[in-house]
Amino acid sequence: MNLLASDITALFLTLQLAAVTTVILMAIGAPLAWWLSRSTSRFASVIEATVALPLILPPTVIGFYLLIAFSPDNFLGSSWLTLTGQPLAFTFSGLVVGSVIYSLPFVVQPLQSGFQHFDHKLLEAAETMGAGTLDRFLNLIIPLTRRAFATAALLGFAHTMGEFGVVLMIGGNIPGETQVLSIALYDHVEALDYGRAHWLAGGLLVFSFALLILLYGFNRHKKSGAKQL
Amino acid sequence: MNVDKNIQLSVEHCYVQEGSVQKERVRKKSPQKANGQEADFSLAVKAQLPGKGITAIYGPSGCGKTTLLRCIAGLESAEHCQLNIGGNEIDGLPVKQRQLGYVFQEDRLFPHLSVEGNLDFAFKRRFSDNGPSKQQVIAWLDIEALLDREPDHLSGGQKQRVAIARALLTAPRCLLLDEPLAGVDSKARNPILRHLGTLAENLSIPMVYVSHNLDEITRLADHLIIMDQGRLVADGPLLDMLSRLDLDVTRQEGAAVVLNTRIVGHDDRYSLTQLALSLDSGVSSGSGSDAQLSVGQLSGEPGNTVRVRIPSRDVSIALERPSQSSILNILPGVISEIELIDGARAVVKTDVAGQAILARITRKSLEHLQLETGKQVYLQIKTVALLSETLVSGYPCIRNT
Repeated sequence: MNLLASDITALFLTLQLAAVTTVILMAIGAPLAWWLSRSTSRFASVIEATVALPLILPPTVIGFYLLIAFSPDNFLGSSWLTLTGQPLAFTFSGLVVGSVIYSLPFVVQPLQSGFQHFDHKLLEAAETMGAGTLDRFLNLIIPLTRRAFATAALLGFAHTMGEFGVVLMIGGNIPGETQVLSIALYDHVEALDYGRAHWLAGGLLVFSFALLILLYGFNRHKKSGAKQL
Repeated sequence: MNVDKNIQLSVEHCYVQEGSVQKERVRKKSPQKANGQEADFSLAVKAQLPGKGITAIYGPSGCGKTTLLRCIAGLESAEHCQLNIGGNEIDGLPVKQRQLGYVFQEDRLFPHLSVEGNLDFAFKRRFSDNGPSKQQVIAWLDIEALLDREPDHLSGGQKQRVAIARALLTAPRCLLLDEPLAGVDSKARNPILRHLGTLAENLSIPMVYVSHNLDEITRLADHLIIMDQGRLVADGPLLDMLSRLDLDVTRQEGAAVVLNTRIVGHDDRYSLTQLALSLDSGVSSGSGSDAQLSVGQLSGEPGNTVRVRIPSRDVSIALERPSQSSILNILPGVISEIELIDGARAVVKTDVAGQAILARITRKSLEHLQLETGKQVYLQIKTVALLSETLVSGYPCIRNT
């Protein structure tokens, strides 16, 4: 076995980070995407652009500003410290906050496009049948946009798994706390330990590829399935 | 009729909300408001609708009839809206608490559910247990064979039948239908009209039917509301409204009156059935037998009521009873009202055994025959359309129960 215990720790930490981030992203992303898909105000395009920023900004730029925001001298960092007694910078919580921001467009954009294709007239029909907001969300919106939800969750998860720049800036390299797979990989390469680097890099590659195959396979199956039925 | 059961309706100023599905359409009509936050649609209707049977809301497209229906359902809000259905004040309630069934112009079936899934969606959320059962609704609309199908694989007419069934399964206080036949091809319309007739016979709740098709309305409705440009033009029982010469409906090319007739006998030799215009029971005799129409043989018993429709352009007027004519239906009548449509045409209203029949004739004939109110004439009726086909085919709804 070429993997160190620290690599295993990094793997589990990464999976944990991706899972927590995805759950939070779905909770924030769904209402945000719904609002963006319906709103016609000019303010909405500003929010839309903000959400999309991580797509084009170098991760180090986001990481740099987050690092500054996390500082106990600033509002976010100090209020977090008061609330939890822990700093945000160089902690797992800080990584979650950074990942949520960094992966937000990967969740919001598929959901928004799914919601835009959703036929809002169906909601009116359900409303006349006595269905409330939550009822309509659970029984109409989710089943009819399930592909968008699956895409959003998988992309959010996979993208968080592969995060590097932001983590490096705000998380540092603390094993068991902030050392994720991509950082561990970087360490191995720096130490010229290519054997272990191959394990991690290859593992991430295969995992990401499998995830995408799963996603596109699911979408394609649903498409053809709908035609056959 | 119990007044408490009626629908009291008063909508003064309808507000089409931001983000409403209807908004786009309204905006097109009121461009001066296009930059505003909301597009107002001027709507002022005050009416009392009977608490049973079908009330039709008729008017040209864009007159606000759909908006009115959406106001009733709560899908649009109005500044001043009073709505009382069967003694329940429902204005001010959110859509989901109004307990009204709504059949949209498009079927709006849920594509991820089967036909039965769609029905169950409504049935699970039903407003009360007093509504019709699933079996009843499925039988009334004849959709048993469709239950396992997906909505995407139904024809337009089938979809609309399922949509009507779905709306009924919520056990609504009132069923609102917004041009349910608009997207259905002409061949599929007749069966749906028949099904709607069945529903009217079986349901204890009122139905409000929006349409710009007078033909559909004459076949279905008991009560008629005519709208134009957001205003109520006239309202009243259908039969009265269709013979009112002050209304545009009687001056149109397709104008027709609807008569209630009674089967008096069958002529097996020629496969005809005689219908009497006078509804008084008892054997018709003497002058009464003059006011009879012959139609293709019906299956109903003597005494049964049959609703017929007579287009005014298929009625001509003679001063003496024509003796040499292929037209069977020649009725004596007295002119009660004459209205010029334009320079060339006129409508003549004639009283025949207490019911009104309209004739659409030229002004030239009007002057040539020196027609005037009070004059005795003979009406030659070329076509008599049967509206209550239910009686002809022995459709289940007329089974004596």
